[in-house]
Amino acid sequence: MANATQPTQKIQQQEAPAPQGAEFTPTPTPNPNPDPERRVFMPRTDIYETPDSIVVLAEMPGVDEKGLDITLEKNVLTITGRIDNKPLPQGARLAYEEYETGDYQRAFSISNEVDRDRIEASLKQGVLTIVLSKATQACTRKIAVKAE
Amino acid sequence: MVRWDPISELARFQCDFDGLFTGPSGTVHQFPAVNAWVNENEAYLTAELPGVDPNELEINVEGETVTLSGKRLPFDLGENAEYRRRERLYGEFNRTLQLPFRVDANGVEAKLNRGVLTVKLPRAEEDKPKKIAIKAA
Repeated sequence: MANATQPTQKIQQQEAPAPQGAEFTPTPTPNPNPDPERRVFMPRTDIYETPDSIVVLAEMPGVDEKGLDITLEKNVLTITGRIDNKPLPQGARLAYEEYETGDYQRAFSISNEVDRDRIEASLKQGVLTIVLSKATQACTRKIAVKAE
Repeated sequence: MVRWDPISELARFQCDFDGLFTGPSGTVHQFPAVNAWVNENEAYLTAELPGVDPNELEINVEGETVTLSGKRLPFDLGENAEYRRRERLYGEFNRTLQLPFRVDANGVEAKLNRGVLTVKLPRAEEDKPKKIAIKAA
């Protein structure tokens, strides 16, 4: 465990290799902020791919299931998380601020590889996990040719 | 008698710099980022720690300082899996903050809810300003 007297800083950000092709790429947010009073942030996101699925992990601290909205329109998957603005502690005022809170939104375009009917999402400890299963035989549909 | 002075309190709210690292854009980040609210008898710290297991988080209070330390373990992808995009931070973190008053360590309450940590730090009784009764002569 880290020691207070000893500077330990091992948090590192690892760069992923650039996505190959356009299989799963972030797209510009399609909707402008509907409520200018609320800040909107892009959630930090990891994406990894396994032989049969693509998994998205997005950080949305402060968001619960009720504030979460996931839509798929054509090939654009949009995730929106609204935080519950809790009242401040009684009589307390903000004395020190390093981060701002707000809602989250991000959109991704998905390829034909993904089975649209098998997208699963779960939210745990402020991290949204979306599992996009790959279609078993998405693109290679064999067309039988009948002999006359 | 110590007077509660909100202006000087801001200046006293200092953080150390052992939590620094440089991000990909050259900007300096501290992890986790911390906000603090105070009133006369309490301070509340909040920090965004999405995906951090409560068992991997440690909070230490000593006098006027509070230390948040812990780790977020890298996700085990298993075989045949590959990152396409990686923006989240993994590893150990350690931040020490100086509060404007001594803390009653026995009264500290912390909760980690939806990835947001909230720590309530009550002011130590001996640190509170004393009201001096004036007797009529």
